Amino acid sequence: MSAQPPAIKMQDVTVSARWDESLPMVTGVNWTVAPGEFWAVGGLQQSGKTDFLMLAAGVMPPLAGSLELFGRDTREFGEAELAERLRVACVFEHGQLFSHMTLAENIALPLRYRRNLGAAEAVDEIMALLDLLELTPHAGALPARVSRDWLKRAALARALVLRPRVLLCDNPLNGLGARHREWWRRFLDQLWQGHEQFGGEPMTMVVTTEELVPWQHPERRFALLQGGQFFPLGTWAEAARSADPAVAEWLTGIPATTI
Amino acid sequence: MQKDLAKVFEPVNVDFLRGLSQPKSFTDYLGRKLFLFGLSARGMGAFALITLGVMQRKRDVAVQVMQPRIRHEIRRSGVALLPMFGLMALGLGFLVVGQTVAALAKVGAINYLGSTMVIVVVRELGPLLTAMLLLARVGTANVIELGTARAMGEVEVLESLGIDPVHYLIVPRVIGMTTAMFALTVYLIVGALASGYLCAFLQNVPLGPADYCQQLAAALSPLDFVFLVLKTILIGFVIAIITCYHGLAQPIRLEEVSQVSVRAVTQGVLIPILVDGCFIVIYLLT
Repeated sequence: MSAQPPAIKMQDVTVSARWDESLPMVTGVNWTVAPGEFWAVGGLQQSGKTDFLMLAAGVMPPLAGSLELFGRDTREFGEAELAERLRVACVFEHGQLFSHMTLAENIALPLRYRRNLGAAEAVDEIMALLDLLELTPHAGALPARVSRDWLKRAALARALVLRPRVLLCDNPLNGLGARHREWWRRFLDQLWQGHEQFGGEPMTMVVTTEELVPWQHPERRFALLQGGQFFPLGTWAEAARSADPAVAEWLTGIPATTI
Repeated sequence: MQKDLAKVFEPVNVDFLRGLSQPKSFTDYLGRKLFLFGLSARGMGAFALITLGVMQRKRDVAVQVMQPRIRHEIRRSGVALLPMFGLMALGLGFLVVGQTVAALAKVGAINYLGSTMVIVVVRELGPLLTAMLLLARVGTANVIELGTARAMGEVEVLESLGIDPVHYLIVPRVIGMTTAMFALTVYLIVGALASGYLCAFLQNVPLGPADYCQQLAAALSPLDFVFLVLKTILIGFVIAIITCYHGLAQPIRLEEVSQVSVRAVTQGVLIPILVDGCFIVIYLLT
């Protein structure tokens, strides 16, 4: 395990806003994610969680500093290294499914595009994924006709269809009903431990969240995005030893006084 | 990646220029507008080259996904507009061609009919009217669709899935609009000339269909066909690039989509007229 390069490594990174590439959202990020780790990154709204995740996925370049994925600097990434970048997948907060396609078509799109498959050729693989994520009853529906709970699940299926090694989820529990929240926690945990449908290999996980408590686990790692800074906290036990009242608030529930 | 693209398209902080105080004089106003237009033109030039590069480099990528998308865009930009163009051809024929035929007959200048029709309909009205209708029906939809997709983060989604947004979103639209522009212009010209004769016939103008066709054929030179093909393809490409550029090339917020649409339509009207003007100059020089 130790010989493997870090899945994600940021050095002195400045994260810019998606809407304005010259506007820094988070500065001085030094962060290393080893393969198989599970990170929960807490941050309030407008703290730059989505921008941070877009950057970690290699979709957005850093405004300053360097980003490495699997030991390779993303500045070297071109068409030839695309397969490397696609080992990191991203689940967007609102699903961001394409409105003119059904859920099944949305999920099949990356698979069909990357492997040049016709719609019929991708069916078996997509059906298996739909079954696994309990999406089969909604497969033929357009996103506008499906509730947010299922849209987010379809976005997860779309991210998993290329069998990534690192999964980045942007605020996955936000706006979900209790049953779906529980399903997400369990399913992401199974992926982290190594899901048999994805080869049984542990998947590296990063979730952003507005509450750290639901992700509490002794082996998981935590960090905060606050005031334009990134604060790695370590494990739950290490974070609990912090004297910072803001950290204590995050560990006990939804932070309020430090907004 | 996105930042690099943005730098190519918007090398100067255009928002700063747009946010300046009121211009002090008309020349100040004109200068700013020209400067902004120049920057936009530079961005669009870069965008056009990138699109052509992607079309060439990725012609064999994801064919099974791209072919249905290209067919859809050709259907949307071309086939779906045929009824409207049929009506426009009828209107153009009755209003313009029919009146011209009748007026020439009254002054005994019916021998000039062929050359008048070729200049008015084949060289000018046909391509320009098609361009305006295509811009109104498909171009504006392109800006809004792409602008909304950009604002909703769908471009980032495509990038994260390893799908080139220019290949997936732009190339089918460019092919669809370019093909449609050529085909619809031909339909409009043929329809307008036919309905124009019908109008003249109903006004008892003494001109047989064989004479009418013969005059048109005599007035048309091979250069007219070459220029018609080149002009329609170029104008179709330019409209597609303008609308796609404004919709997709720069990060925008949802509330900016309407402003971007207005800008794209303004440039979509002006630039094809400039292209048309260039063709007139070339024609006159040859």
